[in-house]
Amino acid sequence: MHRTYKDLPSEPVAMQSTEDIITGTWRSIRPVVNEDKCIRCYMCWKYCPDMSIIVEKEGDYPTVDLDHCKGCGICSNECPRGAIKMQREVL
Amino acid sequence: MIEMMTANYAAAHGARLARADVVAVYPITPQTSISEKCAEMVEKGEMDAKFMMMESEHSAMSALIGASYVGARTFTATSSHGLALMHEMLMWAVGARRPIVMPVAARTIGGPWNIWGEHQDVITERDVGWLQIFCENNQEVLDTVLMAYRVAEDPEVMLPVMVIEDGFILSHTVDSVDVPDQEAVDRYLPPFRPEHPVSIERPMRHGGVVMPDWWTEFRHRIYLSQEVARTKLLEAEEAFQKEFGRSYGGMMELYRCDDADAVLVVAGSAAGTAKEVADKLREEGKKVGVAKLRVFRPFPAQEVHHLGKKVRTVGVFDRSYTFGDGGAMFNEVRSALHGQRNNMKNYIGGLGGRDVTVKNIEWIFEDLLKIASSGKVDRTVEWVALKDGSGRW
Amino acid sequence: MIDDPVNKHYKFTIPREDLMTPGHSACPGCGEPLALRYLLKALGPRTVINLPAGCAAIIPGVWPRYSLKVPLVDHAFECTAAVSSGIRAALDKKGVEDVTVVGWAGDGGTVDIGLQALSGAVDRSTDFLYVMYDNEAYMNTGIQCSGATPCGAWTTTTPGGKHIQKRHDKKPIMEMMIANGIVYGGTVSVAYPEDFIRTIRRAKSIKGPKFIHAYSPCPSGWRMDPRKAIEVSRLAVRTGMFPLYEFQEGRYRFTKEIKKRKPVEEYLRLQGRFKHLTPADVAEVQALVDREYEELEAKVEAGRR
Repeated sequence: MHRTYKDLPSEPVAMQSTEDIITGTWRSIRPVVNEDKCIRCYMCWKYCPDMSIIVEKEGDYPTVDLDHCKGCGICSNECPRGAIKMQREVL
Repeated sequence: MIEMMTANYAAAHGARLARADVVAVYPITPQTSISEKCAEMVEKGEMDAKFMMMESEHSAMSALIGASYVGARTFTATSSHGLALMHEMLMWAVGARRPIVMPVAARTIGGPWNIWGEHQDVITERDVGWLQIFCENNQEVLDTVLMAYRVAEDPEVMLPVMVIEDGFILSHTVDSVDVPDQEAVDRYLPPFRPEHPVSIERPMRHGGVVMPDWWTEFRHRIYLSQEVARTKLLEAEEAFQKEFGRSYGGMMELYRCDDADAVLVVAGSAAGTAKEVADKLREEGKKVGVAKLRVFRPFPAQEVHHLGKKVRTVGVFDRSYTFGDGGAMFNEVRSALHGQRNNMKNYIGGLGGRDVTVKNIEWIFEDLLKIASSGKVDRTVEWVALKDGSGRW
Repeated sequence: MIDDPVNKHYKFTIPREDLMTPGHSACPGCGEPLALRYLLKALGPRTVINLPAGCAAIIPGVWPRYSLKVPLVDHAFECTAAVSSGIRAALDKKGVEDVTVVGWAGDGGTVDIGLQALSGAVDRSTDFLYVMYDNEAYMNTGIQCSGATPCGAWTTTTPGGKHIQKRHDKKPIMEMMIANGIVYGGTVSVAYPEDFIRTIRRAKSIKGPKFIHAYSPCPSGWRMDPRKAIEVSRLAVRTGMFPLYEFQEGRYRFTKEIKKRKPVEEYLRLQGRFKHLTPADVAEVQALVDREYEELEAKVEAGRR
């Protein structure tokens, strides 16, 4: 992390991961996976623009990385079995 | 080895000797023969570079920025409209900290069309962050290309350099040039080793978005590098003198200025004419001197300041103009002399290929001596040899 | 709506590894990070990307953060292919041959302001992969009409209403590039990741200038629900608005055959940017799509012979 002038690289090169940027705060609706309906086709994983559908290994049910999920709802729309519902975030 | 060649060929030989890796060019008068010479040398195997014919000067500069990021030593040349078209990428090269070296055969910018020499194109780019070095003769062009790479690639500088030669007057005039040996150049100029090259092993983003929180600091870095470049330029020239036995007077060469009543500040090939005229007038007992403004960016304010302490009357010859004001060099010299009681006058001439003659310079010196003795400046800006029917010229 | 067969064997149909981290700055539902994600899955880590102004300059994060795991060079708007040429030249000089150079630019940065540099790089036979991610307008500056905006679409500079401001269709960039001399051309859509990756890999395997036209939905600019982004992209293919095909050695080939095209209205009505279109306008768009699709079919047919 560059906090002072002295820490700046000599030219503007960036190499620090974006993972600590919590884009989950953008979200107004969140995906909820119903494992009873899920057939583990991983369409949701495939189409997630934010890489926020996590499947640890083949055969696992998908989980949602809520730190980064922006709540676009693509996973819900693409799920062939309607296993992902978008739920309103409650403050 | 002494060879007869134009400044354009001298510039191309400079690139060859510097072992430029990537050369990307686009033709424009009067620079074109630099590009052609590079192509010829690459074709013959005398120059080991990737040569690329681009679709515009903008693309030429863009390609070099990409190549330089990968760690290639890069070279191109341009003039006039080509330089103007590059403007955006000139600034990008600075912000990206790419040490590109580019000779510019200085020329007018239209309209109307005029392909001949003046300094308007390079003066217009004075604020973009490139180092700008004006050359007086063909030898200086070759030597300055080598010095330019050494300074540009210094880790504390990492800024691009324009090596400026007067269009046609130097670019197309044959003169004797001592072409150094490759071994000597290799001793003088180490290979280019950037700190942050494009690397598969260490992937990073080069020149992405910088927000208001750190933009100022990155800009300040460039400002500091321009300041450091002053010392680096002097060091590079000193080392050059040691290796090759030639030097050009640092940031600003003072010629017969020590006891002068009046001095003319002038850049480029006209400095040679001015020196000759100064010699002649000195023989007549008239105490005049010439200050050859060699490096324009970073501006040698300190040197000008000292000159102003030494000589009371200072004329500045601009081969360009700033409409709505006097010449740019004049304004910079005047601001460096702020607070000192110098008599100052601006002479604008040599535009669009019009010769700056011995007679012109004699007139200017006589005019300056008049000012020196009377202490009165008749007008701030004088357009040299103007056909206005006033009979002044 | 799904026409991909559902894989019942819990198999991943595209590579698992991502060379991109979450936390990037794309809008919700944006197709561009998906396209980048698929591109990097296809190419792997020995890749250098260069990109101009556009959404793509913002999406990988602002300094000092960076969401890709390959080197990236930023530059001004109109010079993508020229910078790619420079990168390739420097890699060649260093003797590096197994690195893919990718010029990644938007539709405005390609068909309008970047066209000169692209044409030059193709003419020089630069060995690189040029990808135009097409969201059909200048989206980063806020939805202005570009040369790739389709017939009838609303943008802030084609305010539309009852009158269709832009009656001509998108610039035929693939045809222009083929005429210019590319060695491979392909269209890809984020709705068909397997095809996307296959096409990119095929392009990578060929030396010379390659051009990829990637369909990239923009929920903000197209005035649609972000969740519909993939559905709309799929409809673009199935209506024939955005056919998936490739070009190599003088032959065209569909990479996704559409047996029976759906009416374009299904595609148009999901997007607010087309909501002002009258039935007559829609018919006009349908006629245009029919004509263009049939022309393409004829080319594909000619390639079969």
